[in-house]
Amino acid sequence: MNRREALEKVSYMLGGTFVGASAFLSSGFTFADKGLFDKDQIAFLNEVGETIWPKTDSPGAKEADVGSFMSVIVKDCYTPADRKVFTDGMVTLEQRCKQETGKGFMQATPGQRTAFLTKLDQEAKDYMSKRKGDQPVHYFRMMKELTLAGFYTSEVGAVKFLKYNPAPGRYDGCTTERPW
Amino acid sequence: MKDITYDAIVVGTGISGGWAAKELCEKGLKTLVLERGRDVKHIIDYEDMKAPWELEHRGRVTQEDRRISPVQSGVYNYNEVSRKFFVNDLDQPYEQVKPFEWARGYQVGGRSLLWGRQCYRRSEIDFEANAKDGHGVDWPIRYKDIAPWYDYVEPFVGISGQREGLAHLPDGIYQPPMDMNCVEKMVAERVKKGFGGSRLIINGRTANHTRQIGKRGPCQFRAKCESGCSYGGYFSTNSATLPAAAETGNMTLRPFSVVREIIYDKEKRRAKGVRIIDSETMEEHEYYAKIIFLNASTLNTTAILLNSVSDAFPNGLGNSSGQVGHNLMDMPYGMGASGTYDGFKDRYTFGNRPTGVFVPRFRNISKETERTDYVRGFTYQGGAGKGRVGWADGVGVQFKEALTESTDWSMSITAWGEHLPYYDNKVTLHKEKKDKFGMPVLVIDCAFKENEKALGKDAMNSAAEILEMGGLKNITTYDRGKIPGSCIHETGTARMGKDPKTSVLNKWNQMHEVNNLFITDGSSVCSSGCTPGPSVTYMALTARAVDYATKEMKKGNLR
Repeated sequence: MNRREALEKVSYMLGGTFVGASAFLSSGFTFADKGLFDKDQIAFLNEVGETIWPKTDSPGAKEADVGSFMSVIVKDCYTPADRKVFTDGMVTLEQRCKQETGKGFMQATPGQRTAFLTKLDQEAKDYMSKRKGDQPVHYFRMMKELTLAGFYTSEVGAVKFLKYNPAPGRYDGCTTERPW
Repeated sequence: MKDITYDAIVVGTGISGGWAAKELCEKGLKTLVLERGRDVKHIIDYEDMKAPWELEHRGRVTQEDRRISPVQSGVYNYNEVSRKFFVNDLDQPYEQVKPFEWARGYQVGGRSLLWGRQCYRRSEIDFEANAKDGHGVDWPIRYKDIAPWYDYVEPFVGISGQREGLAHLPDGIYQPPMDMNCVEKMVAERVKKGFGGSRLIINGRTANHTRQIGKRGPCQFRAKCESGCSYGGYFSTNSATLPAAAETGNMTLRPFSVVREIIYDKEKRRAKGVRIIDSETMEEHEYYAKIIFLNASTLNTTAILLNSVSDAFPNGLGNSSGQVGHNLMDMPYGMGASGTYDGFKDRYTFGNRPTGVFVPRFRNISKETERTDYVRGFTYQGGAGKGRVGWADGVGVQFKEALTESTDWSMSITAWGEHLPYYDNKVTLHKEKKDKFGMPVLVIDCAFKENEKALGKDAMNSAAEILEMGGLKNITTYDRGKIPGSCIHETGTARMGKDPKTSVLNKWNQMHEVNNLFITDGSSVCSSGCTPGPSVTYMALTARAVDYATKEMKKGNLR
């Protein structure tokens, strides 16, 4: 794939909102084999994920590579309409970040990212509470949900955060030990 | 002729076909077992040992899955691993006059790989119901006829459960039950006391083994049965009956064999054999046998009968009654209630239990419990649990901390009810459309009616009463609006009965008009019952029918 084709592909995937979009959308067109996004877009989603679910004494979303997970799920499991909401949302998130912080999301400090996404989360919540049945889910709700799902089902999330036990061997319906 | 002639042929390898194969082979009959799909070898062909992160979509259903299997992908246990045990709907079309979810698994083992595993005996009330209220035809058998055969199959199946001593829910032969958790125990206690014993919450009776049976089990409490189970922790054809059949040396298993019709010998008035299409070569073959067990699952068994036309049977084999394809039943389900409990805050559950609690029927089982707004009854399955908080506002460290907290306990119970046999709920063959094997496409026309709706409404409201009595708070009721078929308990389209004019099979599951043909899958039953576990009844009917058939063969009574 040459650069022109790649640009067209991204432009198409992002619903024609490519023009004027940020650097992460216009560089590094090395498409993953299986997913929808290139490595810079995956890195961007990993940072969004890490801000939602940061490393503490347990791993964060970036270590679980939730960006690659989103890349595959948005491509294969989302409806075309939801896929567009998500990809448009990536662009919108970047633009909003610039408005709010004066920097692109990748350039913003961890503190700026957290403050911005906290505000965006509130907006998503307000939108979702007023949403009518035929309106799409808010893009940030999608990102937050996929961050959690991608983390829990990843090896680091399942093993180091949840107590992954592939064959419990018994059922105890009244234990004092937390299973996570 | 040698390699195409057998003592017996079994069509289908689901729950009932597997049992027919096992019983026939163990009685010394050289048996050809036909399966329309591919072989699925126990353990070897399962992907249950994969961790979630080893799956490309972490278990999720893709848009492509939804495109090729619009019906199957909506089945409750369809996922990235189990999807290979479901058919491609585009490849295997059927027509829905009214919405009907037809879950299908075309492979060795059939839907025994995917079943819900609950196993409840039918009671005398169930067998008497048609005669008493006049719906359908009277069952030609009663509880005493089938009870010894439940006794026979249950220990081999390996059912965990608790004996309760209830007349309307007969006890079976069980392995130790899977425990209730602390909230279920508390609720069960309060409900028993509060309703004076007239409503009960008991342990689910499930074909998940708490004790090892030969090489099978015990269950490892993973609750991923639909993946297939390399531990053999639940009963399936693949883990249990077919290995037993194979061990006799009497079984020939032939996958990729789509049975088109039963060949009828007009002179001798018997089923001579079957005509199949090899789904790999598309070649036609014939096989012959002294007796035939048709166990293709309710709707496909019906299709084969309707497609087996001859001068003697222009409307389908053994269909002089005109009942083949009629009286289709499923079960109305999905009505229930849920609530929360704010105690036991420092208690959790460990392990994933592949069953839950069960509420035996309590309507229309006596004069005192008689309803004026509907006949028959319903039961509930349910359970209590708690987990990690799943959602919170915000992002970052606080959000993460919020999601390490525990939820309160919650509990729900969901109803499974009886579907009356209505003549106009039916399946027919499409007059023009054929599938790629030249079989006419099935046309399904089935609905729930007033009785099911009234029963469902009561089931929903009664669920709330039970949970309230159990001490739960924040109780809400629901009706999932499930369409026929979605319970995956389709039955009744080649029913047993006393009178050949109004039924297809006699009390031995033997075709009235063709006495070397036996049908022991769901198509043979006269009523749906109201417990969510019809399969164990098919197993018992199958073992009973094989015993009868082989005795009759020895006596020379089968043509």
